[in-house]
Amino acid sequence: MSIMPDPTFYPSPGMAMKAAPEQIAYVALLNVGKNGKRDAMSVIDLEPGSSTYGQLLGQVDFPNGDNELHHFGWNACSACLCPQAPHPHMERRYLIVPGIGSSRIHILDTKADPKHPKIVKVIETEEFIKKTGYTSPHTIHCGPDAIYGSALGSASGDGPGGIFLMDPDTFELKGPWEKDHGPQNLAYDFWWHLGHDTLITSEWGTPNMVKDGLNPELLLGGKYGRKLHIWNLDKRHHLQEIDLGAEQQMVLELRPSHDPMQTFGFVGVVISLKDLSSSIWMWYREDGGKNSKWAVRKVIEIPAEPADPEKLPPLLKGFKAVPPLVSDINLSLDDRFLYVSCWGTGEFIQYDVSDPANPKKTSSIHLGGIVRRAAHPKKPSVALNGGPQMVEISRDGKRGYFTNSLYSPWDEQFYLDGIKSWMAKVDLDSKGGMKLDEKFFVEFDGLRAHQVRLQGGDASSDSYCYSDPQ
Amino acid sequence: MTHAGLTSTMLWLMLLLGAYHGLNPGMGWLFAVALGMQEQKGSAVARSLIPIAVGHAVAIGSVVLTSVFLGMTLPLIVIRYLVAALLVGMGIYCLMRHRHPRWVRMQVGFRDLTVWSFLMASAHGAGLMVVPVLLRSNTVEAQSRIAGHNHISQTVAPLAGMLATGVHTVAYLAVTGLLAWVVYRKLGLALLRKAWLNFDLVWAAALVATGLVTLLI
Repeated sequence: MSIMPDPTFYPSPGMAMKAAPEQIAYVALLNVGKNGKRDAMSVIDLEPGSSTYGQLLGQVDFPNGDNELHHFGWNACSACLCPQAPHPHMERRYLIVPGIGSSRIHILDTKADPKHPKIVKVIETEEFIKKTGYTSPHTIHCGPDAIYGSALGSASGDGPGGIFLMDPDTFELKGPWEKDHGPQNLAYDFWWHLGHDTLITSEWGTPNMVKDGLNPELLLGGKYGRKLHIWNLDKRHHLQEIDLGAEQQMVLELRPSHDPMQTFGFVGVVISLKDLSSSIWMWYREDGGKNSKWAVRKVIEIPAEPADPEKLPPLLKGFKAVPPLVSDINLSLDDRFLYVSCWGTGEFIQYDVSDPANPKKTSSIHLGGIVRRAAHPKKPSVALNGGPQMVEISRDGKRGYFTNSLYSPWDEQFYLDGIKSWMAKVDLDSKGGMKLDEKFFVEFDGLRAHQVRLQGGDASSDSYCYSDPQ
Repeated sequence: MTHAGLTSTMLWLMLLLGAYHGLNPGMGWLFAVALGMQEQKGSAVARSLIPIAVGHAVAIGSVVLTSVFLGMTLPLIVIRYLVAALLVGMGIYCLMRHRHPRWVRMQVGFRDLTVWSFLMASAHGAGLMVVPVLLRSNTVEAQSRIAGHNHISQTVAPLAGMLATGVHTVAYLAVTGLLAWVVYRKLGLALLRKAWLNFDLVWAAALVATGLVTLLI
């Protein structure tokens, strides 16, 4: 405990936007197959004036490989300032790193030397399953009262997946969060509207449905997730299920408005069985009223691109088209710009969502892609594989970073040559527009880069309890 | 000494402790500010202060009245050690590890806020902190024993306890209300980042100090 509040905690998203630019990024690195390497957390230099800009500053190797490290998060964030039970003298210090492949959770301490974090605790598979009843922990968020995490499945690897709680002081698992799952079975991402006591979850597939690769039978049968679930955050029970439609498959990343007073947010859908398009949906409250039901509508549709079957992996040959495969999205702290990664077509798109029901495309960049293989200006002769995937936006909304691997068992199904991993950066214009930073292109040797977290917080790490003055 | 064992010193101390409790962001004004911001209405700040004050008063009053009734049956020395032990124990616990009552809800009505304020004040030992003020001093106790008044309560009388609670609550409400208003209207929440001393540490230290003083007065 410190005497003054952690300087990286901000009451409102607008105040967080005034934070100084981040200097380093933590990027999860995944070992793939039996190459003798272990998983790792890497530290990348983001300081433009530095002689090591865009290079690996340090790397902490994990005890094992095959953890499949996905969406890690901080032990504490701006939610510590929330008024119901404020504890502002915690420190943003530990990274909570879940592995969907192993059901382990690694805790890293970044305080002593931020460039060389240390593993201080490992929650082993057996303990995770015993204490939570779940497997495949996926996403971590720090909440006003605890660390929350989502998990893809039950102990058997089937449903229901759900949410678990962790003590933010001791990192002890507190068990499953739900008191009543209602009809919910599939799980993936979760986040909340803290000002409205509402938690939202999305659907991918159970561990058994995803661990051996994308299963065409399940996909064409519409068995992957297609729903959103609305929960009472306080009472921990299921309130409402929203079906996006039979042809929508894999409802993934949830990006609620950062403004705690607002009640809208965006979710990306990977693929439509009708035409292979990807889409972004907006959820909102019907009639804008406090007690009314939640609803969802499609606000962006990104079509598949016709392609020469010769250049397509077996999974896609018959379709003669490359799907956008929107995998990750990110919302700037002012709720103004939505960033969308199209991992299939290798496109990164910026939308102005000032009017969330009517997004306007403001800019687009190509890098990699199943067919396009667009090169980076720093290495113009090298055709890139993978595409923009995990994306993180800086608190001030001026920089974006993304990596190119999706999920090991699925990577090779779409990129037959396997993913050679890289990380890129875009400079973002506050009025709309973006440009690749030609000096920033990180290549990873033998490991695959996934989630990016920026030092001090970023646009998907913190939750706020106070609005900015209008 | 005034009526029913309540001295003016006691009332001043109750007033000061009320003001002190009002300063703590975790026990009132910050939630009021948040609710004002949520509704974008200054009146929401004012409205929320009423249940917050009621909850605080109930938390203080229930501990005060409990000690008043215990004071009618137990010898002063027992009460004194009991209160001191509780205060020091609670202070040390808070120093080592700060726990809050679990509370996530932001959409709160009158009853929710009253319960919240009661829980927060109780969990912080706010009621316990004022009990030593209302204990009779050893000198007074000795004097009354010499005078043969063995069955007089070792604390103030019940009505006086309620009056003391009222004085405390008025001071608490004045300070927490003033802070809520100044932060909501003038200073803004950026203040939190610069001026939010670790109240939990100060508070824990205050609990221990009060416990020790209880043994000495």
